[in-house]
Amino acid sequence: MNKVVDRSLGDREFVKGADDDMIICRCEEITKGEIRRAVHDGMYTMAEIRRYLRCTMGLCQGQTCAKLVKGIVARELGVPAAELEPASSRSPMRPTEMYIFANEESEEETGVCL
Amino acid sequence: MITADVIVVGAGIIGNATAYYLTKKGQKVIVLEKADAIGDGGSSRNGGGVRQSGRDPRELPLAMYGIKNLWPYLSEELDTDVEYYKKGNLRLGKTEKHKQILTGLTTRAKACGLDVKMIDGYEVRQINPYLSDEVSCASWCPTDGHANPLLATLAYYKAARKLGARFISGEEVIELKKVKGKLRQVVTANEIYEADKVILANGIGARKLAATVGIDIPMSSALLECLVTEAEPKMFEQMLGTAEADFYGHQSSHGSFVIGGSSGMEGVNKDNGTPVNSSITAPCIARGIIKYIPRLAHAKIVRTWAGWMDRVVDGVPVIDKIEEVPGLILACGFSGHGFGIAPAVGYNVARMACGEETVCDISGLRYDRFAAKA
Repeated sequence: MNKVVDRSLGDREFVKGADDDMIICRCEEITKGEIRRAVHDGMYTMAEIRRYLRCTMGLCQGQTCAKLVKGIVARELGVPAAELEPASSRSPMRPTEMYIFANEESEEETGVCL
Repeated sequence: MITADVIVVGAGIIGNATAYYLTKKGQKVIVLEKADAIGDGGSSRNGGGVRQSGRDPRELPLAMYGIKNLWPYLSEELDTDVEYYKKGNLRLGKTEKHKQILTGLTTRAKACGLDVKMIDGYEVRQINPYLSDEVSCASWCPTDGHANPLLATLAYYKAARKLGARFISGEEVIELKKVKGKLRQVVTANEIYEADKVILANGIGARKLAATVGIDIPMSSALLECLVTEAEPKMFEQMLGTAEADFYGHQSSHGSFVIGGSSGMEGVNKDNGTPVNSSITAPCIARGIIKYIPRLAHAKIVRTWAGWMDRVVDGVPVIDKIEEVPGLILACGFSGHGFGIAPAVGYNVARMACGEETVCDISGLRYDRFAAKA
């Protein structure tokens, strides 16, 4: 955290990889090539990758692909994956219907069985 | 020591847009961001409204200029689809009090030349059939809309970076320093940066920094929250709001609904340094949504999030050159409605920094406007 990162353009050219068409984020159908391209466009953190491409923002909330995405970003940046902060986990823990979420009272009071 | 023509503090959408337009003018720009990620404050934590209606007349020229001249071409200009929709804004009301608030806003905006009008419940449901029968009136501005704040913020960053703006993240500015009566140095824990012009676009953080050269802007922070649903079938394209701003939002290109709101406890929310959801706000927003859009009762919420807004005492931002501190420009205090005007702000602040006239009348946003009660 709070490491100074100069995001000036390096002189590395983006080289298309043989497996760039591989789908990494299945919920949002984001490919490895799109993730690599995003890093070259300046998206250096997991939070930025998520905001830019939507990967890890679908129905599974990253449970399927977050590790894979992290690995690809780390390799592209040339840093160990452990150095990358994960994107924030957000409540609710699993997708919840709005009328249930809206309900602040207990089951006994409302008769709604969760 | 690292030098540039202009240093922008804060890589949110205001800072990024300013950096983009400055770099386009050939200026050498450094953007300093204290967070690890670009756009980590209000820029990635807002409802995405791009509207003119419901605005204070003092910031209306910026809103109107942006919607006319910048937003429609932004995706092309920045080479990224920012998901801009110009399909109108409905600000909804249910009660007589709501109607009074909306009529007041509408009358004031009309006086500034905006195409906005009051409509009744029947007309509201002609525009958006998903709204409940409880909605009895609304203000309707057909030229308003919404965009994707995450993408728009990063698109400006990407484009500015490509043109040569130097972005440094994880670099917190601690102090501003004058040299021979002019602002010259921007000091961080690691480095001293120097430039002829310094633009503070770092939201609530600008108060502390401006104070290091003796300038104070009366603003505080308030926590706002947002919820996001799973992708739903396409329902409507307008931006929605309500008379008392208890919720606002839209359906994104992706299909999910992004809806923000408040619980009424914003002024006394906990501040542990990180914007964290409170347990009561998102359910409160959900209750509001179900009343206005009953169809969404069974939509699944996949995420909630919270963010600080920097609220100025009179509710509009400070965008101004500071006379007492030559070289200092403030673009802060957007009070929760900065996203929609961000392109116009960036465009005008870039002109300001280059010594050109602004293209919008922003005289109402000067920093010396604050006065104690009479």
